[in-house]
Amino acid sequence: MQILITGIFLGGVYAIIAVGLSLQYGVSRIMNLAVGEMLVAGAFAAFWFSTAQSLNPYLSLLVVIPVAFCANWLIYRYLLLPLVRRAKTRGQLEVDSILVTFGLSFTLVGIFLWAFGGQFFNYSFLSVPVEIFDARYGQNRVLAFAIAFVVCAALWIWLNHTRSGLSMRAISVDTRAASLVAIDVEKSSNFAFALGGAIAATGGMVLSTFLTFDASIGIVFTLKALVIVIMGGVGDIRGAIVAALVLGITETIVARLIDPGLTLAAAYVLFLLILLFRPQGLFGRAQT
Amino acid sequence: MSSSVLLEVRKVVKRFGGLVAINGVSFDVHEHEVLGLIGPNGSGKTTMMNLISGALPATDGYIAMDDKLLTDLPTRKIARAGIARTFQLVKVIPSMTVLENVMAGAVFGHKKLWGQALAVYAERQLERVGLFGISHKPTADLTYIDQKRVELARALASDPKVILLDEWLAGLNPTELQTGIELIRSLRDDGRTVILVEHVMDAIRSLCDRCVVMSTGNIIAQGTPADVLADPQVIEAYLGEDYE
Amino acid sequence: MKLTQTDVWRGLAILVVFFVLAWLPVVPGADGWLSIVVPITMYTVLATSWAIFSGPTHYVSLATAAFFGVGSYTLALGLESVPYPLLLLMAAVLGGVMAALVGWATLRLSGVYFVIFTLGLAELIRQVFTWYQNNMGGSRGSYVFTEFTDKHIYWQLLALALLVYLVGWLINRSRLGFAIRIIGGDESVAKHSGINVAWSKIVLFMVSGSVAAVVGAILAPRFVYIEPAMAFNPQLSFMVVIMALLGGTQRLWGPLMGAIPFALVWEFIAANFPAQTTLLMGVAFLLVVFYIPNGISGVLIRWYHQLRAKPGVSHE
Repeated sequence: MQILITGIFLGGVYAIIAVGLSLQYGVSRIMNLAVGEMLVAGAFAAFWFSTAQSLNPYLSLLVVIPVAFCANWLIYRYLLLPLVRRAKTRGQLEVDSILVTFGLSFTLVGIFLWAFGGQFFNYSFLSVPVEIFDARYGQNRVLAFAIAFVVCAALWIWLNHTRSGLSMRAISVDTRAASLVAIDVEKSSNFAFALGGAIAATGGMVLSTFLTFDASIGIVFTLKALVIVIMGGVGDIRGAIVAALVLGITETIVARLIDPGLTLAAAYVLFLLILLFRPQGLFGRAQT
Repeated sequence: MSSSVLLEVRKVVKRFGGLVAINGVSFDVHEHEVLGLIGPNGSGKTTMMNLISGALPATDGYIAMDDKLLTDLPTRKIARAGIARTFQLVKVIPSMTVLENVMAGAVFGHKKLWGQALAVYAERQLERVGLFGISHKPTADLTYIDQKRVELARALASDPKVILLDEWLAGLNPTELQTGIELIRSLRDDGRTVILVEHVMDAIRSLCDRCVVMSTGNIIAQGTPADVLADPQVIEAYLGEDYE
Repeated sequence: MKLTQTDVWRGLAILVVFFVLAWLPVVPGADGWLSIVVPITMYTVLATSWAIFSGPTHYVSLATAAFFGVGSYTLALGLESVPYPLLLLMAAVLGGVMAALVGWATLRLSGVYFVIFTLGLAELIRQVFTWYQNNMGGSRGSYVFTEFTDKHIYWQLLALALLVYLVGWLINRSRLGFAIRIIGGDESVAKHSGINVAWSKIVLFMVSGSVAAVVGAILAPRFVYIEPAMAFNPQLSFMVVIMALLGGTQRLWGPLMGAIPFALVWEFIAANFPAQTTLLMGVAFLLVVFYIPNGISGVLIRWYHQLRAKPGVSHE
């Protein structure tokens, strides 16, 4: 039971990152391999707020969200949109965007290393236990899960119950058809990419309240987010949330019962099972 | 006209999620005939072609050629069995030369040539479709119509028993259309079986031995072009209910 | 299969070049700069074999470090009990089998799945390896004691390079090479032409994986002491990708054009700006994708065609 709840808490935070990436891939068609670095940026901001300014790290969201949004908007507009325009085929765009976001990922890691150095960072925030079902959990984790819930719910409502959300879903189903019904695909893709980046940075901020991180840890979360997005079905927010919880629980089980060094291996086994048996994702329809 | 049955389509169903594109369709294709698969837009013609060539798996029913079950075979094995096709939106490989594009059809499939024999054979297919002296040009430099010719040459290069043409005549001018019709007729004279999806009525009238008319995933008429095009149900399907 | 006269001359010329290169270590004072020649040769072999698969198929493989590490460990663990040449062969087989498994699971799907899978592969094997060594006793690392110096390693790499060029050339003129070009152009055309798409991709990936594993085995003595973090260093995969892209993957000789300059520049960067390597690698990626998408060899070929197309320049 305790493992299950810890896993769900962890999965909740993974869900934030994964829905951010899912938005970027589903709508903007960019497999953003630098998403982990957005997360690390959020974590560093929170760290700086908490230690250098002695403020509540959650206050950093006031800065992190708008800055990450603008930064990702600019990244899409000036780095990725030229590739979208130049690509003759979907495959070409896929290769180019993979390479460019890799380049971006390295560049950002390089900047983090330069600015903060290579050591590990952590700070203490709300690390007081709270009792749920006769077991103790850190309050920071509970709060993180609550934030995750709010973010995912807000995104869900936006996508399914508003006009702008509908146009996002339309683009993710069929870009060309969406442009035929007067949806500005470039503008919406740009917005989705920016929002996805901001969500990922929020995830990083939340994660930093209970996890030790360093400048180059982004890639690990990129991998996990990618596995979640594929498990959940590309562009499927609901699938991503379920997949995130599955991964969170699996990792916790493996870490507690086998070896904490094997969490990535656990993610991989899940990924392999998905590739072999349901490549279209948990809720995806068979490819046509 | 009709000789033995070559291709048997039985109770074939294709669903995309909740949408039924082909709703239990059955028909026969006879040896050495030109069969027209016609019908209004969205009636399931191209989907039917994709099912025959194996580009898409059927949800239910079966397709067989010469008592060999094609359904559930991977696309490559269907090609090797002797079914070749062209695509509605032309599919050539722009980075390769014209000759290489044609050669692609004759190496791995029904026909397995290599080396000098392959080049000569591919060159002959290009001449057949009326392309001369451009074999070493990049395919990307060709006009859309010439690319369609390259695609047909590639399909012919596999020496297929059955050849599927998806709106291959669309977009041709009247002179080109005449040559195109002659060309397709000559394929039948070679002893091949041709299935064509077409909107050009002149071509259907002068070319097809039989027609199968589809509408919203069902067959609504079969027979000679003259008969089916006079069928009130067919006219209604084409013109829409507004004109009733 | 017939050889034209040009093929024969070209082959002879390449043999002569390799023959000359083989004398490099004998040049007086060579010991100093062999330490840079060895990595250049290593990267050339890795980048060329990478491009044999990833060039025509457009599947970006980041598994080089995984194959390399498996090769290194094959050598390190078997050195005491198995003769050296047999170990190289074992590394090749292991690399090939691994590539076949990875390819079977991922190459039927789109390129994104493949990239992600290979991205974490080295890390996955490292974790499992470390866990195994921690729990089954014994130390994490292994010593590799051989009599080999840089000179011997260089010769082996040179021979491997020759083999890779030969294999690449043979593939290019075979049905498999033709099939893979069609697959890279349009997969549905390939299927409708009767090509076994998945099988073709897997075979090429196996070639690429085998070579990387053998390189890992050959390089192992150079480390002297091997531990998982070193053998499965993910940076290697990225270096190989960037070099191959910089050189261009359209031609067999393309990656060479990337490996030499990049390895030299990298040596300089690593010596002078050790703190900025990651940043500069990222910038290099961005520059290549945006400004030389077809690589140096692509640029050279374009110049060559422009030169020939100019009126007044004789054609023969």
